[in-house]
Order: sequence, then C-alpha cells, then structure tokens
Amino acid sequence: MSESLLEVRALHTSFPQPHGRANVVDGVSFDVNEGETVALVGESGCGKSMTALSLMRLVPKPGRIESGSIRVGARDVRALPVTEMRRVRGGDVSMIFQEPMTSLNPVQRCGRQIVEAIRLHHAESKAEARGHARDLFGEVGIPDAEERLDAYPHQLSGGMRQRVMIAMALASRPKLLIADEPTTALDVTIQAQIIDLLRGLQRELGMAILLITHDVGVVNELADRVLVMYAGRIAEEGPRRDVLASPGHPYTRGLLRSLPGVVGPEDRLEEIEGVVPPPAQWAHGCRFSNRCPLVFEPCVETQPERFRLSDGHGAWCHATKRDGGGAR
Amino acid sequence: MIAYTVRRLAYGFATVLGVLTFLFALFFLYATPEDMARRALGEKAPPQALEQWIVNHDYHHPLLWNPDNPGQTLIVDHFRRMLTFDFGRSDADDVLVTRRLRKGVGPSLSLTVPLFVGGLFVSISLALFVATFRETYIDRAGVALCVFAMSVSILLYIIGGQFLIARVLRWFPISGFDPSPEVIGRFLVLPVFVGLAASFGEQVRFYRTVFVEETNRDYVRTARAKGCGDGRVMWHHVLRNAMIPIITRVVLAIPFLFTGSILLESFFAIPGLGSITVDAIHENDFATLRVMVFLGSLLFIVGQIATDICYTLADPRVRLE
Repeated sequence: MSESLLEVRALHTSFPQPHGRANVVDGVSFDVNEGETVALVGESGCGKSMTALSLMRLVPKPGRIESGSIRVGARDVRALPVTEMRRVRGGDVSMIFQEPMTSLNPVQRCGRQIVEAIRLHHAESKAEARGHARDLFGEVGIPDAEERLDAYPHQLSGGMRQRVMIAMALASRPKLLIADEPTTALDVTIQAQIIDLLRGLQRELGMAILLITHDVGVVNELADRVLVMYAGRIAEEGPRRDVLASPGHPYTRGLLRSLPGVVGPEDRLEEIEGVVPPPAQWAHGCRFSNRCPLVFEPCVETQPERFRLSDGHGAWCHATKRDGGGAR
Repeated sequence: MIAYTVRRLAYGFATVLGVLTFLFALFFLYATPEDMARRALGEKAPPQALEQWIVNHDYHHPLLWNPDNPGQTLIVDHFRRMLTFDFGRSDADDVLVTRRLRKGVGPSLSLTVPLFVGGLFVSISLALFVATFRETYIDRAGVALCVFAMSVSILLYIIGGQFLIARVLRWFPISGFDPSPEVIGRFLVLPVFVGLAASFGEQVRFYRTVFVEETNRDYVRTARAKGCGDGRVMWHHVLRNAMIPIITRVVLAIPFLFTGSILLESFFAIPGLGSITVDAIHENDFATLRVMVFLGSLLFIVGQIATDICYTLADPRVRLE
C-alpha cells in the first residue's frame, strides 16, 4: 500500500444543540492514499459534509472541531497557523461543492474567479494566470474557453458551472480533491458527464478524490474504497467491490436495497424505515439500533467495535460479529 | 435599458405632477392670499397695503377658474412656476427664492457631504470589521454599542457635544459659520462629529446585517476553500455582493445632501437649506416652503430612478426591461 495522503484519526466536530453541544462527527477515522478515490456515503444529516469541511477547517460557526487529528502529507492540519492553512486550501487540497448555482460568486466573471484561485497560490501575472485559466477550461471540457472566461456564472448552465468549479479546484494541481455531492444538483445526463470528467482527470493528474455522496450509483462509478457513515460515525469500510457486493452492516444493506436496478422490475423498492434522527436523539449504543432490523440487546447498550470481514473490509455491527459475518 | 429609463422618467414626471397638485391643495386651500398677506404685513396693516402685497406676489388671480382668461389662475401659475423653476419672491422679505437657495446650498453641502462620506466610510468599515468577527464577543460588544448609540436622542449628542467639546474643552466654536476656506473647517468639525456619532449606530447595524447575511452564502465558502483570507473574502467577495442593499440606501440618501440637515443646521447656526426651511416655517413664508417641499420630492424621485439604474452596475444579473 502506498503512503497515505490524508490521515484522519478520532475526529470529533460539534454543533450546539438545544441541550448542550453534540458531536455531529463523532470519532471518525480513515485514510486516503495517493491517487485513490474514497467515497464517503450516507443519508442526509449523517455528518459526511461536516467531516469534509472539518478537513479544510471550514466548519461553519458556531460549529467547531473538538478533538482528533488530521494530517495531509506531512502537515498537521489542526496545528497549522491560519496563513499556512490558507496555503493548504486550494493548494494541496481543493474542494468542490454541491450547488454550482450558488457556489460561484454571482457578480464576478468566471475567469476572474479562476485567476484569483491561481494567483492565490502561484506568483503569476494576471495575463499569465488568464492564459492558465483558459488551459484549465480546456482541460475540464468547456468549449469556447475565451468567451466563457468573460461570462458571469448565471450565463452558464448547471453542468458548465460545475466544470468551472472543477477548473478552479484544479488550479494548483491539488493532491486531494474533496468533492461534496458534485453531481447531486445536476440532470442525470450531465451527472454522467461530470463523473466521466472526474474519472478522466484523476487518471491524468493522479490526484486522490474524497467523494462525498448519498448516491450509491456514483460510488459504483468512481470509488476504489467506500466509507459508509451513519449518525456521525463510520458504520462500514472496505474496497468498493466488497462493500457493494457483500455489505457487512445492515445499514449498508438497507442503502443498497433502496436503489433501483439492484432489485427486479416487479419488486417494490425497499426503504430504511425512518430518517437519521437529530443528534440529540442519537442512540446510546449502536447509532443505528433504533432503525435496525437485526437489533438485539448489546446494540442498545454498547458501541460496536470494528469487525473484520476481509482484508480492509470491516463493519461496526454487533449482529455481524455475532454471526461471524455470515448473516448476510 | 434606454426604454426603461424613459419610462421611469415618464412615471417620475407623473409623480411630480401629483406632488404639485397635493402641494397646491395643502397651501392654497388651507390659507387664502388675504391670510398670507396679513401674516406677512401684520394684523393691523391697511387694506390697501394687503391688496398691494397680494398683487406684488401674484396671488391676486382666482384660485381655480378665471372666466375672463383661463390661464390667469393660481393653480396654473403654481404649476408653471414650479415646473420652470421660476420660484418668485419670498413671502417674508421679498428676496428671490432662487437666490436664497443658491446661498444656502453651499453651507448645507459643506456639512452634509463630509458627514455622508465620512459616515459611509466609518460605518461600512466598522460593519465589515464586526461581521468578520461575527459570533464572537467583538461582534456582540459592537452590536451592543450600536444599539446604545442609536437609542440616544440626537438632541443629546448635539447638546452634549456643544457642552463638552466646545464649552468645557474649548476645542471648537459652539456654533456659527464662516465660508472662508481658512476657518470653515473649525466650524464644521463639531457638527460633523456630532452627526456621525448620532447616525453610526443605526448604519453599522444595518450594514452588519447585510454583510453577515452575505458571509453565510455558498460562494463565500468557495472563496475560503480556494485559500482566500478573511480580509480578501470580505473586501473582494462579500462587499461587492452586498452592494445592492447598500446602493439602495446610499443613492437614495444623496439627493437629501442638498436639502441639508434641519436639526444640525439650526443648532449650529449654519445658514444652509435646512435652516432656510425652518425659518420659512417660522415666518409663514409659503413661497419658500413650497419650493423646499417641491425640491425635496423632486430629488427623492430622481434618487429612486438613479437607484434602479445603479442596480445594473452592481449586479450583472439585474436587467432593466
């Protein structure tokens, strides 16, 4: 295995709730290796976006990182002074967001926004940076780059805007791209194009991608490894093939069953009963215990430990452990 | 854009006509020319003098309808004078109203322009500062200070400023005005300072709300994610996006720089348009007061049209159709 690029250990990020602060990210640990695509999967409200923002130290106030360590390359992200942190953001680590409609500055021309990203990290003249930006537009497949540089975001389609976001994120050749629901707000055909683009760019540039999504289809298209997250904790981790073909956690199985295409045409889609509860109501033992079909005594009382299913594949589940991974 | 501007100007003109109608009703249906003459000349003035005064001020025509000559009525005269800016003479001392305006606009602007520009600069900088530190004690202390500052009456600032700075410390004169360039500053520092103190609380709070709302938007997160620092995020991204609400306020305020500040001018004895308005009210000077009200409305309408046009400059998404 190659040297890990991103190493997250016991990350806790909290937000104030009506009765004191609650950790919406509660002891998350994982690695991302160089050039690897890791998908962080889960329903809305499970803490995956907050995990991603914590990595950039961009958790919106009044949220804050409570404890844990985040290492990018040789840098300890939590210990960096603010000016150093700015060099990491958009430098070694870039981020793209879900809403290309609102994530670009509406009153600045696209070109100027890319030029800013370039000049924040490289000592280039405006003219040089503009040429550089034109090349980036070509790289992410934006036709008529020269014209589009002078366009305002509202003059572009959703897919084009997401390409502009990607071009901006690529400006300083990041080692890690954090993509927070990059296709969710787009039409299905455009989604496929963006997925193709990300896959191609990764092959070309060799960067790692941390893909935040709730869409198992996107995971299947892009990911090497999968982290399933539920209510602030990792529920299952493993290589994509293993997790999708033989999921070890009842929550993962629920997610996969609720996908069209996995079941036959006459079957009704299954759903996981209920929604992710708000942090104040998170169960004491296993967080999934109040929605889980396999729940038994220990689930309510104690937090499950990681149970190893195969190389690199593990699930945090009492039932799986009891059945030796065979109850699938 | 041009079609829009022309249409807005047409609407504006219609509004001006409405304002003039209302003004006419307000002044001439309320007080007859005989009343005005009596107020100008005194209760004991002989009838011939009243008659003469009314003729001198062109108030001798019938109010609405003249069977001999339809053009010779007060209402026609009113509209003609106002729309051609032929304002006639003051009812109080027979000075040409236009000359009085010309004399008053300089002192007014020398007070309101520094107050406006300084206020804008101070309150936007302060608001950006507290918005940068939102949700911290700096922000909370700033907001508390603003609420306190805006809760205190402007009269207290004026009287307190005059007492402390002018009387006790003797740094600047209590009141007065001299337009010669060497000394004008000495007379203006105190009123400008008092005006700033009285208005910054409300302004900072307004701009802070605008900025805080902007800093929660997605594009701000994007800017941070690409490595912008706090200052850059605020000045390059947030400020420009906050321009729309700011422009509404600022452009609408500009016309009123010309009409002066009634309170500050009268307390600090600055002979500007605000003082002229107050004097006109005291002296029952209908001719001057009518002009001041008319000009105020006219400037407001012009300000609104200018605001709409400025939107297109601040926000590329706004298109005037």
